[in-house]
Amino acid sequence: MTVTKLISASALVLIGGLAQAGESDTLSVEGQAMTTRVAAQAHTPNLDEVFSGWVFRTDETQALQMDDFENPGFVFVDKGIDLYAKVDGSEGKSCASCHENVEDFAGLRASMPRVVDGDVVSMENMVNDCRTERMGADAWKWSSADMTAITALIGLQSRGMPVNVKFDGDAAAQWQKGKELYYTRVGQLDMSCSNCHEDNYGNMIRADHLSQGQTNGFPTYRLKNAKLNSIHGRFKGCMKNIRATPFKEGGEEFQALELYLASRGNGLTVETPSVRN
Amino acid sequence: MAKGVKPRVKVPKTAAAGDMITIKTLISHKMESGQRKDKDGNKIPRSIINRFTCEFNGQSVIDVTIEPAISTNPYFKFDAVVPETGEFKFTWYDDDGSVYETAKNIAVG
Repeated sequence: MTVTKLISASALVLIGGLAQAGESDTLSVEGQAMTTRVAAQAHTPNLDEVFSGWVFRTDETQALQMDDFENPGFVFVDKGIDLYAKVDGSEGKSCASCHENVEDFAGLRASMPRVVDGDVVSMENMVNDCRTERMGADAWKWSSADMTAITALIGLQSRGMPVNVKFDGDAAAQWQKGKELYYTRVGQLDMSCSNCHEDNYGNMIRADHLSQGQTNGFPTYRLKNAKLNSIHGRFKGCMKNIRATPFKEGGEEFQALELYLASRGNGLTVETPSVRN
Repeated sequence: MAKGVKPRVKVPKTAAAGDMITIKTLISHKMESGQRKDKDGNKIPRSIINRFTCEFNGQSVIDVTIEPAISTNPYFKFDAVVPETGEFKFTWYDDDGSVYETAKNIAVG
């Protein structure tokens, strides 16, 4: 009798978890259809299917992303537009001095991060390269308000394009390193990324609905801190949650992990700036 | 004067006479409540938008008193009936005396 009760109770829990995932919902932003689920690929053998983080959110949060006016991320994109035209540094240049139309960045976000000469290059690196080398300005901090505003503006130009990050050839070594980090248990809770985002996506961890930890919507507006969050900033949050000492933002560990995670989301559309909880 | 203040408004461009339309407005503003203190313990002075109004062809649609508890970037969504072609005028009043204005036309056909 007890055994039967236990079994039926666990069956209920499972059904509850699936129903909450809202996996049948489809995302269209300003009338443009987005791909929020794609078939698992050869390099994601432990996923049944690849889901954007959007499908795991509540109806209310999902709705925020469907309308650019309601999406609070656009307040920061607007700041990015102002920053793009703002002259800074000793050379008297703004972003717009060289890159006249920000629309020309269409497609860039979908291919980031890239591996150049064995190192992972994130969008933040490219922005700071321009600032220090060509504008004569100070580098921005990795997750600063200015940096996320600009990366959101540049990322927005690729919205709706499928993520297509190259992870073979030159990138293979860094990708492998990222993969090892993904499966390495760390911290006092002794957990790896995969424990939550691969083994338990779709389940609840206390009050939070676990996603696959996809990066296609970054920088993402989070309701919990009412600002744009960088990919590395999010990694830091995860590592604190498992009581580990976070790696440095912009450091080689997070960069390798960024590459590996981005490759896991190949085929999903870029949703920058997405809205999450 | 508060920095980075930018009003934005979404109004349909066209409607049928007597239609109920939805208007969305948002103004980026830090909405400093006046309750907080800085690192040295000094009170940060209050700096908020204290009033928001919307008019249609000179006729008041909505007039809102905004208090310090309203959060950053105040957002208002409301419905209005449009009898004729005209202009919606939106005005935000800042504590520091600044007035931010924007207007949108709607065609009734």
